[in-house]
Amino acid sequence: MSFAAVRPDSWNFPLLLHVLGAMVLVALLAVAAVVLSAALRADDRAGALRLAFRTLLIGAIPAYLVMRVGAEWVASKENLEDADFAWINIGYSVADGGLLVLIVMTVLTGIASRRAKRGDTPSGLVRWANGLALLLIVAYAVALWAMAAKPT
Amino acid sequence: MSRYEWLLFLHLIGAFAAVGSAVVFSVLLLGADRVAGTQLTFLARRLWDVGGLLTLVFGIWLALDDYSIGDGWILTALVLWAIAAGTGVRLGTEMEGGGGERVRPLYAVMTIAVVALLVVMIYKPGA
Repeated sequence: MSFAAVRPDSWNFPLLLHVLGAMVLVALLAVAAVVLSAALRADDRAGALRLAFRTLLIGAIPAYLVMRVGAEWVASKENLEDADFAWINIGYSVADGGLLVLIVMTVLTGIASRRAKRGDTPSGLVRWANGLALLLIVAYAVALWAMAAKPT
Repeated sequence: MSRYEWLLFLHLIGAFAAVGSAVVFSVLLLGADRVAGTQLTFLARRLWDVGGLLTLVFGIWLALDDYSIGDGWILTALVLWAIAAGTGVRLGTEMEGGGGERVRPLYAVMTIAVVALLVVMIYKPGA
């Protein structure tokens, strides 16, 4: 016997987009964090920073868009666009604030990549970008908790 | 938080890690192994270790508590999990050993199994 709620079929595809986008986004943030850490010690510092920058620019930002479009689509299916529940507010806050942090992190990594290509050692920029990546991963864990527990 | 919500949260953390493992392997196979191969292979393997364990343990717990372990979609998910685990562990070992001709087929099977798992979990066919 099934006790847990089964949602209408029409919600499934938007939810799949939302969840898959979020999963790919968090994984690519983890990749960026690891590669940025490696860049501080790597012989090929410019190569590592270029990889981190491309991971964010052509991986994480598109994944964010898929996650965010999926979220809005699910919310419209569930008629929750204007709902004032804590779990939805947490989700929107993390997603919208997270986009700003993601853009700042991508720009910092891009600048660091260009400086490394010229032969500089942009350790400060790399550490800031790395810290922002870890901060975002923690923030998305909080959002995941909100999506699972749905506090009102 | 109810027990169901805790179990779901921990199951979802595991799902994020398991899918994350496939994503990290994808990045590696797109050429990242030349720059940070050792670190990313370590990350992909640990993500699968944690994700595979959490999804299985808390997934079965959820199934026993709130669904029926004999449901078709749950049995399908268990088979897909076993395929993903088998190929994921072997893929990690191959990548750590420097890769080889078996890497791409193992990666393809693992990724298809993980994505199919996610689809089954969301659509719950037959539930």
